[in-house]
Amino acid sequence: MKRLRDWLRRPRVMRVSALVRKEFLQIVRDPSSIAIAFLMPLFLLLLFGYGVSLDADHVPVAFVAEQPGADTEDFRSSLAGSHYFALKTLPTMPEAEQALRRGKVNAIVRLRANFGEELRRSDGAPIQLIVNGVDANTARLNQGYVEGAWGNWLMRRAASLGVDMKVPVQLEQRIWFNSELKSRNFLVPGLVAIIMTLIGALLTALVMAREWERGTLEALLVTPVSMSEILLGKIVAYFTLGTGGMLLTVALAVWLFEVPLRGSFWLLWTCASLFLLAALGMGLTISTVSRSQFVAGQIAIIGTFLPAFLLSGFIFDIDSMPAPIQAVTHLVVARYFVSIVQTLFLAGDVWAVVLPNALALVLMAVIFLGITWRKSKKRLE
Amino acid sequence: MWTRILALIVKEFLALLKDPRSRSVLVVPPLIQLIVFGYAASFELKEIPFAVYNQDRGAISRDFEATFVGAPAFRRVATITDDSQIAPLIDSRQAMLVVRIGQRFSADLLSGDSAPVQLIVDGRNSNTAMIATNYVNSIVNRFNEDWIEARGQPEMPARLEVRAWFNPNLDSHWYFIPGIIGMLALVTTIMVTAMTVAREREQGTFDQLLVTPLRPGEILLGKALPGFLIGMVQGTVILLITVLWFEVPLRGSLTALYAGLALFLLSGVGVGLLISSLAVTQQQGLLGAFMFMVPAITLSGFATPIANMPEFVQAVTLIDPLRYFLIILRKVFLEGAGFDVLTAQLWPMALIGTCSLALASWLFRHRMY
Repeated sequence: MKRLRDWLRRPRVMRVSALVRKEFLQIVRDPSSIAIAFLMPLFLLLLFGYGVSLDADHVPVAFVAEQPGADTEDFRSSLAGSHYFALKTLPTMPEAEQALRRGKVNAIVRLRANFGEELRRSDGAPIQLIVNGVDANTARLNQGYVEGAWGNWLMRRAASLGVDMKVPVQLEQRIWFNSELKSRNFLVPGLVAIIMTLIGALLTALVMAREWERGTLEALLVTPVSMSEILLGKIVAYFTLGTGGMLLTVALAVWLFEVPLRGSFWLLWTCASLFLLAALGMGLTISTVSRSQFVAGQIAIIGTFLPAFLLSGFIFDIDSMPAPIQAVTHLVVARYFVSIVQTLFLAGDVWAVVLPNALALVLMAVIFLGITWRKSKKRLE
Repeated sequence: MWTRILALIVKEFLALLKDPRSRSVLVVPPLIQLIVFGYAASFELKEIPFAVYNQDRGAISRDFEATFVGAPAFRRVATITDDSQIAPLIDSRQAMLVVRIGQRFSADLLSGDSAPVQLIVDGRNSNTAMIATNYVNSIVNRFNEDWIEARGQPEMPARLEVRAWFNPNLDSHWYFIPGIIGMLALVTTIMVTAMTVAREREQGTFDQLLVTPLRPGEILLGKALPGFLIGMVQGTVILLITVLWFEVPLRGSLTALYAGLALFLLSGVGVGLLISSLAVTQQQGLLGAFMFMVPAITLSGFATPIANMPEFVQAVTLIDPLRYFLIILRKVFLEGAGFDVLTAQLWPMALIGTCSLALASWLFRHRMY
């Protein structure tokens, strides 16, 4: 106890703790910092958790039977039975095409006039499916759903006719880690990374630039505190704030959105701290290099948020990007953390994934904090 | 009056373009981003890493295996000989899927029975998992059709003919790249405008501006036009790159597209100035810009369709100007739409723009510190 008190009285420690206190006062007195650390995560999680989904449901589909009969009705009911579709029966093809152009339906299923006859001939009756290809991903998913309904209908029909129709190769799918394929389960952990990027890099991007712009840094420099102590004060303050935001998002992910946390919480905490250090380093680097809040703000958005959103593997698969772009993603800090959180949440403590990514985070943190430290030194001369 | 406004516009441009760093921030990054994001944003999968566990030694199972190995979307990373090898491969993300062919595969097929094949998929990214299973399904379907034909078994009584309108190859770049135009235009206009008034407030020059003969409406115009013009120039450059470099077909009316861009920039500038007039410091301006931009991008339908959102979130998207502009971009580019289809998208942006500008100009006078 006494040793701790002695340590706290050491001039260096006292200076840093005074600086940390100053940073905290600045944070608390400007509501916008608190907002970005605590309200923004809440807001974003609610938005992504409830709002954003890649799982299609009740897709509006036009159904055109040019000559309605028992056979077309049979096929229609197989589509209508699926909750993926909201079926709209339209009498003619021009009307359906109009609806597709207007965006009222996403696809058209068309059975020609002689559907019933062709069904009984040997070469098979064509079922025409037209999808709106503008959103290629949705189009492909819709196509998959229609194919599924079509396959089920064929089997049922064969069974009712007493024909023994067997599919040669039957695929049995097992989806590991996320058996219901809920997109929320992978979006929410990824969001932890996005939110921490915002807290870590965006807030700190402005702090050094602000001190330069307002001239308060010169005022600080004539006091006994050194540059590294100023930086340390900022890192400690914003690291604490970021940890708070991280705990909030993880708690919400687990308890509100019921995303399973299969890995160890302490490992997650450790990796998150490493990531936070790297993000803070990035923010401070931007701040030190740009010296103006306007430029720092621009760079922070362009250099941190958008890459974290698009190049981290949060939404788009990195392995499918062209090689030069894949190389660029290695510079995106969030990329390593997204991989870690997705694995820790859904798969568990897989060291083969966690270890190399954690090492990359350490490396990034060292590089960014090193640049900040060196650049700040130089300015003193 | 016009000379006064012109003087203010010149001053705003000087403030933006005088500093070489802020100048380069406006020009270079949007272009780099368009190129990088344009290539990155895609839901097509390439080189899906997979492993095969073939327990059957028959010739047919090897043929079946070969259909995967030959497919361009797949890349075999391992051949498995034991059950215990599956989990480490999937856990470590070395393989996204494992195809397990049972011992009786060839025998079942030859006797006319169904031969089960197990597919184990890494579901950590559920969307990628779903796309990959769809790919596997289509490979298996093709194998089945070939098998039925080769064996002379009765054909299916009905077959599915699929056609995709507007984007016959279902290339998702065509969907995302026009979206990136809207996203970058939003980011630039909000960034340019959201910090202008806040910066003047922080430096104390806004009070000086208020005591000049300029009326709030004129200040508003002087602050709004630079952001608008920069957005226009940048938008044009990005449009050119989209058409010439990425070769996304521009099928509809260019006038309609520019009308959309103009109204979208109006609403972006309006929201940016509104944020700026609410903010006291530049930090608040920047954070305010973020608080608007992040939800505006996520709820716009840029990456995830609005139709998949719950009803009340869909209602919220109605106040998001990017939502309307994205529809215009995609309709004009791919569906060849003209003004007739787009009026429903144009007036909401005009409404958002005028309301936010009016509110901003009122706040200029009434929020004093």
